Amino acid sequence: MLKQVEGSRAVAEAIALCRPEVICAYPISPQTHIVEALGEMVKRGVLAPCEFINVESEFAAMSVAIGASAAGARAYTATASQGLLFMAEAVFNASGLGLPVVMTVANRAIGAPINIWNDHTDAMSQRDCGWIQLFAETNQEALDLHIQAFRLGEELSLPVMVCMDGFILTHAYERVDMPTQAQVDAYLPPYTPRQSLDPSEPVSIGAMVGPEAFMEVRYLAHVKQMRALELIPGWAEEFRQAFGRDSGGLLHSYRSEDAELIVVALGSVLGTIKDSVDAMRERGIRIGVLGITCFRPWPHDAVRAALAQAKQVVVLEKSLAVGLGGIVSTNVRTSYTGDARAVRTVIAGLGGRPITRTALESAFTQALEGSLEALSFLDLDRSVVERALAREREVRRSGPIAENILRDLGVVGARIR
Amino acid sequence: MFQIRIHGRGGQGVVTAAETLSIAAFLENRFAQAFPSFGSERTGAPVVAFCRIDEREIRLREPVLKPDALIIQDPTLLHQVDVFSGLAPDGYILINTTRSFDALGVGEFVRGFHATHLCTVPASELARKHVGRPVPNAALLGGFAAVSGRVSIDAVAEALRQKFSGAIAEGNVTAAREAYEHVRQEIKEASHAKAG
Repeated sequence: MLKQVEGSRAVAEAIALCRPEVICAYPISPQTHIVEALGEMVKRGVLAPCEFINVESEFAAMSVAIGASAAGARAYTATASQGLLFMAEAVFNASGLGLPVVMTVANRAIGAPINIWNDHTDAMSQRDCGWIQLFAETNQEALDLHIQAFRLGEELSLPVMVCMDGFILTHAYERVDMPTQAQVDAYLPPYTPRQSLDPSEPVSIGAMVGPEAFMEVRYLAHVKQMRALELIPGWAEEFRQAFGRDSGGLLHSYRSEDAELIVVALGSVLGTIKDSVDAMRERGIRIGVLGITCFRPWPHDAVRAALAQAKQVVVLEKSLAVGLGGIVSTNVRTSYTGDARAVRTVIAGLGGRPITRTALESAFTQALEGSLEALSFLDLDRSVVERALAREREVRRSGPIAENILRDLGVVGARIR
Repeated sequence: MFQIRIHGRGGQGVVTAAETLSIAAFLENRFAQAFPSFGSERTGAPVVAFCRIDEREIRLREPVLKPDALIIQDPTLLHQVDVFSGLAPDGYILINTTRSFDALGVGEFVRGFHATHLCTVPASELARKHVGRPVPNAALLGGFAAVSGRVSIDAVAEALRQKFSGAIAEGNVTAAREAYEHVRQEIKEASHAKAG
């Protein structure tokens, strides 16, 4: 059924259709409207049987999800930003134990300085935690990916993180097609755990493993993720047949068949990029897009094939590996068969900085002209940076950088961008 | 694509206005996207929200930088925030006020605009009368339907009923309908003045 709803609401309804049995969340910022809506559905008895557990922290949220999943329940939680960092130890445990928890990460920046806005730093900080990481381009895809996530996670016995851009998607009202309960039930069978704690047949989960076996356990985790690469396209195809939508899968190419320049990105910024690409195509420029839906496992072969014809690649990413540059682009370089120097990194949208079509088209034009640097920062205010650097050169105790810059900029409230 | 930017203050229902407008457009089988400019959620702080309406799927995620229409929920923002940023001379401006553009000190700025695209509506007063609280967003949406013709007043009313319930919904619908008539009258007078 078509609906005009907030992204968080759409995901909450989709989660409810997946019949989770335990939902746990720490009800404080950075939390989403998703669990708020789910909490309400459980309380009203619309979502039953399901236990909604208000926990005392994000660490507890993931720990409870682990416990519930180990006991054979379909478990869900959501978080973002510092909340994800606070649960990090348990995040690694969920995947190490092979428990198919599904978690929404409503992507946001990581402090300091404090910032509540969107970028991908939170999810990228956990990229090697052993979870499957999927990135949604639209609210429709976000809700579709959650339905696929339970199927995927439970079949492979792996946890799945569905990443959707905080605010840009979670707080946006747009049209979604909400599936029916019958459709979801037909696609997602009841959870049959591959392992579970059962008092009548006791086992240990989470024993200490020494040097004699740890390597093998970790290797098998890698094998499982590689298997996911083989299975994900099939499940996405099955989803397409059942729901009529091309959501999920490993990646999506757009107008890239004859493209000289391919822009690679994750998440909602793909929409703005596609509008830019359409405009540039009208001017006769051979440019295309590669959207990465599945970031972990990294779809090495699929990315290699998708970029095979491209002479130039621009990776636009919403996170910065301080001291290196791009995270996604470092991954892309391992899969690009051409000259690695043709892969350029554009860091954009950190801490909610709007990514505009004008800025994108300017960067893509520079790439085609050969003047785009290997690493660049979209819409970076150089004058602000120079002023801060000058201050540090002149005065040893020049004060905290963030506060000094805010003073330089004056009141920034209510700026349109 | 038609792009609307709504300026107001925290507590005036700026974000709700954008969302409701997107629902109204959706009800008329159009694609619509609404989202807030995040961060200033404190009561009284300047707030901006955006709405896009199109005949096809909207992919663009940047803020509305070149609005086709502006809704100003609080006229005290006119000289405090760059509310007119990016607005084309054929754009629409709807201000919640009992005063004129000249009296608000923006008469000079709007000199080249179409007279029928410039409207004011006493939205806070209408809200106080029909809802009991001076929250001007619903009345302004009624005014927007009249000045822009981009959504029907019936769709706005239906969207308000989806967003609110009971007496609040009906009060808002009444306020929106009265604002709609008010703005229609204003446009009629402006076009007569132009013809005369």
